[in-house]
Amino acid sequence: MPIEVNGKTLETDEEGYLADLNDWEPAVAEVMAKLEDCELTDEHWEIINYLREYYEEYQIAPAVRVLTKAVGKKMGKDKGNSKYLYGLFPYGPGKQACKYAGLPKPTGCV
Amino acid sequence: MADFDIPEIKEYTPVPDIKEGVMAHSKPYVAKPDFQEPLGYPGELVENWEQKALDKLDDLRGKYRSLQVFLDSCVKCGACTDKCHYFLGTADPKNMPVARQDLLRKVYRRYFTFAGKYFPKLVGAVDLTKDVLDEWYSYYHQCSQCRRCSVFCPYGIDTAEISMAAREIMDSIGLGQKYCNEILVKVGKIGNNLGLPGPALVDTMEGLEEEVEEDIGVKVAYPVDQEGADILLITPSADFFAEPHVDGLIGYGKVFHEAGLTWTVSSKASEAANFGMFIGSYENMQSLAMRIREAAIELKVKRIVFGECGHAWRVAYSFLNTLAGPFDFLDPNYPVPQHILEITKDLIDKGKLKFDKSENDHMTLTFHDSCNVARATRIGDEPGSQFTTPREVIKAVCNNYHDMEDGTIHDETFCCGGGGGLLTDDLMEIRVKGALPRATALKNVTKNHGVTHLAAICAICKSQFTKTLPYYGFTMDQVVSVHQLVSNAIILTGQETE
Repeated sequence: MPIEVNGKTLETDEEGYLADLNDWEPAVAEVMAKLEDCELTDEHWEIINYLREYYEEYQIAPAVRVLTKAVGKKMGKDKGNSKYLYGLFPYGPGKQACKYAGLPKPTGCV
Repeated sequence: MADFDIPEIKEYTPVPDIKEGVMAHSKPYVAKPDFQEPLGYPGELVENWEQKALDKLDDLRGKYRSLQVFLDSCVKCGACTDKCHYFLGTADPKNMPVARQDLLRKVYRRYFTFAGKYFPKLVGAVDLTKDVLDEWYSYYHQCSQCRRCSVFCPYGIDTAEISMAAREIMDSIGLGQKYCNEILVKVGKIGNNLGLPGPALVDTMEGLEEEVEEDIGVKVAYPVDQEGADILLITPSADFFAEPHVDGLIGYGKVFHEAGLTWTVSSKASEAANFGMFIGSYENMQSLAMRIREAAIELKVKRIVFGECGHAWRVAYSFLNTLAGPFDFLDPNYPVPQHILEITKDLIDKGKLKFDKSENDHMTLTFHDSCNVARATRIGDEPGSQFTTPREVIKAVCNNYHDMEDGTIHDETFCCGGGGGLLTDDLMEIRVKGALPRATALKNVTKNHGVTHLAAICAICKSQFTKTLPYYGFTMDQVVSVHQLVSNAIILTGQETE
């Protein structure tokens, strides 16, 4: 199902992930979050931005421990755990946050 | 929480009153040409698919004698009808194993048996139509190939082999499942199901080294592509990526470290899982297995050890040698391959590992036997060692343990509900419903024996449970890896202890 962002129509796959990574802009995350009744706060954006940076370097979303460690460093040790991340992204940081960040969905036995 | 009804947990899982067709809508996403063609399949449904499908069925029953026997030998005794977790969880009669088999059997009869050719109605034979194909696609993706039904079948008919054949037929006419086939393409390109490239793997493993050192003050290596290591560890890529899997991986590293064994993972064969089995494709299964062989040769290792992954262990234990052997370049003093639990158990038996079991005292454990391990392999030399080895390791590192009830463990174990290529969000309804019998047994052992955590030795089981058990009132952190328990309790030489 395509989504409308700033007057542009962007292709997504069956599960709502952006078909073309290059189509991403911050408004994409806002639109996707709205579709899932999620309001993006600064905390959400910290995660989304980190995912994009990591993907840029490694062509994959960070593993959960890489992510929690980075979050812990940046936002305080009490936040460097998956409980905190699930609080922000109840459908799973790997999947929901990746979607908002325009990254492909992690596949496999996860 | 869900757009479907979540079954209610009762004291035991009753055989439900049948509800015809309630799961007919369940269909996974179809693979796009990008995920079909690299695997040797047509990109989309071919024009003369009926004939192609029949040709493939004919080919497969010639290639696999078992398939021919299974198609011929069912006597409709009914022993399997209430044995499938998907039937118990959905009440859809087509999820009875015999009915699932019959979806293919009725077509086989129509075209390949005398009675079916001339008196189809008498023997329940039908033409292969689009409706039949749609039913195949739906119900052969409601089978986790767990083989519980085959334990109860007096003829030993293995529904898993029938569902594998059906999927192979569908792939060969251009109707593949997105989840499995996308993953298979990824392994072929990148080396693992996740698509985790070498540099990311190195970064992830370095992070684990730091984490362990911060935690216990011992530098434990988590090496990637280290030539000349003793052991090549083949583990599911979920172990690098997800929780609680990664805690198991941390545990393997600690065991190797304490035993003085050098080891490495390979960026080329960074995956234990072999989805080639799920789609019944010998060729794809083999090409994945060959990556392991090549990595072992390139890295000049002496042994191959598999991490905690259910179907990978079946492929490794039962088929690795025929798929990718002979492994005569490895050290002949060790079995090929070995399971990580065999290594840990052997070290425990020899008194080479020290544990502080009280580190796991905040938990009372139970163990979930993974289908492929339980019904197709051993973990050790003795019959039944696939049941005893993991339990003995858990009991060596934990003070509190209680099994779930008979009929739900060992060779009668219930599938987690997500095996066989069904671990995908588009099949969430069948996954949640299929988890009912396991959730019921877990609830009982929780209530009656104070069990707090479920330990598993399969990446799929772990992911499936963390996702689906919350639908039944559990929390995701109640699922643990067996080597996570080992990791909690092990005391490494030089470790800081309070």
